[in-house]
Amino acid sequence: MSVRRLSPNQPDSFAFTPEQEALAQWWIAKFPAGRQQSAVLPLLWLVQKQQGWVSEPALRVVAEKLGMPVIRVYEVATFYTMFMLEPVGSKALVQVCGTTPCMLRGAGDLISVCQRKFGNRDHLSADGQFYWQEVECLGACSNAPMAAINDYYYEDLTAESFEAILDDFAAGKSPAPGSAIKRQGAAPEGGPLVLTDPKLYDGSAAKPIKSLPNAPPKGKAAKEPAA
Amino acid sequence: MPKAKVNGVEVEFEPGMTVLQVAELAGEEIPRFCYHERLSIAGNCRMCLVEVKPGPPKPQASCALPAADNQEIFTNTPMVKKAREGVMEFLLINHPLDCPICDQGGECDLQDQAMGYGRDDSRYADNKRAVEEKSMGPLIKTVMTRCIQCTRCVRFITEVAGVPDIGLISRGEDVEITTYLGKAVASELSANVIDLCPVGALTSKPYAFNARPWELKKTESVDVMDALGSAIRVDSRGPAVLRVLPRLNEEINEEWISDKTRYAVDGLSRQRLDRPYVRENGKLRPATWAEALSLVADKLKAAPADRIGVIAGDQQDVESMKAAKDLFGSLGVTNLDCRQDGMALGAGPRESWLFNSTIAGIENADVILLVGTNPRLEAPVLNARLRKRWMAGALKVGVIGEQPDLTYGYEYLGAGPASLTGLSKSKGDFLKALKDAKAPAIILGSGALARADGAAVAKAAAAVAKTYKMTWNVLHSAAARVGGLDLGFIPGEGGKTAAEMVKPGALDVLFLLGADEIGLTGSDAFTVYLGTHGDAGAHRADVILPGAAYTEKDGLYVNTEGRVQLGQRAVFPKGEGREDWSILRALSDKLGKTLPYDTLAQLRAKLFADHPTFGQIDYVAGPVDFDLSAVGGEGAVSDQAFESPIKAFHLTNPIARASVTMAECAAQASGAAKIAAE
Repeated sequence: MSVRRLSPNQPDSFAFTPEQEALAQWWIAKFPAGRQQSAVLPLLWLVQKQQGWVSEPALRVVAEKLGMPVIRVYEVATFYTMFMLEPVGSKALVQVCGTTPCMLRGAGDLISVCQRKFGNRDHLSADGQFYWQEVECLGACSNAPMAAINDYYYEDLTAESFEAILDDFAAGKSPAPGSAIKRQGAAPEGGPLVLTDPKLYDGSAAKPIKSLPNAPPKGKAAKEPAA
Repeated sequence: MPKAKVNGVEVEFEPGMTVLQVAELAGEEIPRFCYHERLSIAGNCRMCLVEVKPGPPKPQASCALPAADNQEIFTNTPMVKKAREGVMEFLLINHPLDCPICDQGGECDLQDQAMGYGRDDSRYADNKRAVEEKSMGPLIKTVMTRCIQCTRCVRFITEVAGVPDIGLISRGEDVEITTYLGKAVASELSANVIDLCPVGALTSKPYAFNARPWELKKTESVDVMDALGSAIRVDSRGPAVLRVLPRLNEEINEEWISDKTRYAVDGLSRQRLDRPYVRENGKLRPATWAEALSLVADKLKAAPADRIGVIAGDQQDVESMKAAKDLFGSLGVTNLDCRQDGMALGAGPRESWLFNSTIAGIENADVILLVGTNPRLEAPVLNARLRKRWMAGALKVGVIGEQPDLTYGYEYLGAGPASLTGLSKSKGDFLKALKDAKAPAIILGSGALARADGAAVAKAAAAVAKTYKMTWNVLHSAAARVGGLDLGFIPGEGGKTAAEMVKPGALDVLFLLGADEIGLTGSDAFTVYLGTHGDAGAHRADVILPGAAYTEKDGLYVNTEGRVQLGQRAVFPKGEGREDWSILRALSDKLGKTLPYDTLAQLRAKLFADHPTFGQIDYVAGPVDFDLSAVGGEGAVSDQAFESPIKAFHLTNPIARASVTMAECAAQASGAAKIAAE
């Protein structure tokens, strides 16, 4: 991690689109009166959804909307590394997992691909289309190595399949997310190895249950005590 | 009361106290950086580790651990010492070893505690973290590499000052204290974070590299920048006052002072009147004392008593006003006034011009009505007290006058006197709260009283106070005002008020006792200015008698509560300047009306004999019942809105106006105001 700073290049202003504004109000309404600032994280996330990153004018807009000091919003935005504080690529934000399981399964190769194609990490690529960074564990260890590109996970990557996916993004396509080797979920490669007996799934093993363990005694069913 | 054992010694404590507080009760000193008794508990420095039984077998942060009955607390076991040494070692990983060039050196908590818990060398060979400097305005210098992230500054500015401008950004090893994109801290109390900073990360910009604490002579004195009389310590070296720091006084300022109190002192060495001057052919020329005093005496002898007037300034000590009153009284002069702003108080009971709730006592109020005052500018430390009370909850504040950001919520009731007289018919929560209040208080500022209909406004306010049984409080903005009023430094029978004295043709001789806040353009009298700075009064003066500023004389000051306090001399007056009372004593000799005292002690003895209230140093009566119907005078109230007299907080007196630091702050503040208005 490095010191997180606001980008030197900032737009002049920020305003939520009507759809995002409606979502923002929906979030704000979730919190009791006087606690609106609890919505700071969702609102910053909406900003990031709309802009691709969180700009300085947006911090002020969020602060004003929630009636909180802008320094508090600034603190939150710089604390959470998921908030991008500078513009990201117009085509994709590539987040390669570099934590141990991915590293052991070849995250280094993916990182070299990014390095070769886009230049240094945490910077916009020369054409402004891509921005890549190495991130900590994204929780898809069984399908390592993996990368999160924009909103989706791309798993079981190799240098070749990763590069192909990136090329698709560069060409303006949206490659299908998930396992690059068509693995089912997080199941073992080549399909499940256990619990394969079809009887498990046709209901034949099930027995009727007389009463649920915690069911209330019959007769006095589910009558809430008067509040 | 619950009991606990601290290192085997049993102590009783109030329920709710923390382990740290209990250990302090037992006389054990607990090292700490982030904990401060006036701020919320952060518990992030970990220096206050202790061992408690029963409890987990590991050190506990005592500042954040509530003490329990029958707890055993150990503060000096090997485990505690080792734990604290570990914390200290971590703190020093990234703290630079630049004490020799650090302004905090000699008064640094980290330095002191490293003596107790530090290792002789570091086990860390890696580079230290470096952090960029931050801009926090003209008062606070930052060396952020030294920061240990205790967040005291963040908590102070958010909780006490109520101006959340400082924050802790980023996370982990990279956290940094900063303002929002280098904005200046917009609080009148901002420089208190310098005192709070336990290391040299936030230091005083104007005082940077000026002196080491052990070189300074420390004089305990009283502040005169506002009417609170905050307890200060004046640090001086040789003839120069280098800085002012707050002293602890729970009754007044707790341990805070305003930026003006702290930083106007560089004005004490600028624009000073260091020798007598006499105007000749329209120009002031240096003169000797004998020459200047003889000239004044001649003019005074030549003028009839009703053509002589004396106006006392806002920072005068009581002794000089007493000497002036005695001297001019002996000449038969009744044109005396200490109210340059024309405040309509002074007759009637003493309580009518005091802050009767007392500053500490205002915390007991549950409903407060502010009339024609902006305490944030007129008395920032009192405003912090009001905010503290508001933060504690169940306080309703109503405001009649301007609508400033007071750092706490209030109900706006109106702009002018009509809202005051019509309060009983107003609609809103405030009136309801006022009717149910147990300890309501009214605070009147000079914005309400220093106007043509001031007496009528005072009467209307007194009627409101009487109706709702509110404690009567007047918040003055001049340090000398209550002293002057207690002394009766007001027009005698047939005497002219300050405003009448400066009218064309009103007087032959006008004697200004440090009075700079009154417009003199209309006055055509022969003007004598006794004061310290080349300010408004001196520019108009025909004779200048150089006096002593508040750090240069022993003097009594009465604060807005009516508390008499002793200011002490830290340095000598500049050049040929003399203490004000002794100049008046010398003048009395020339006039053949020698004042009956040769020393300050004799003067004080006479003062105490004539006005016993001054004899009770540091005493305040507190709320007493008095006849509110005697307050104020007849007349109609106008519908002109109340305006706070303070437009530029940093430039309210001659010392502050001579100060470069205050000028920078004022420019910053007005610039910020302009940006905010856009």
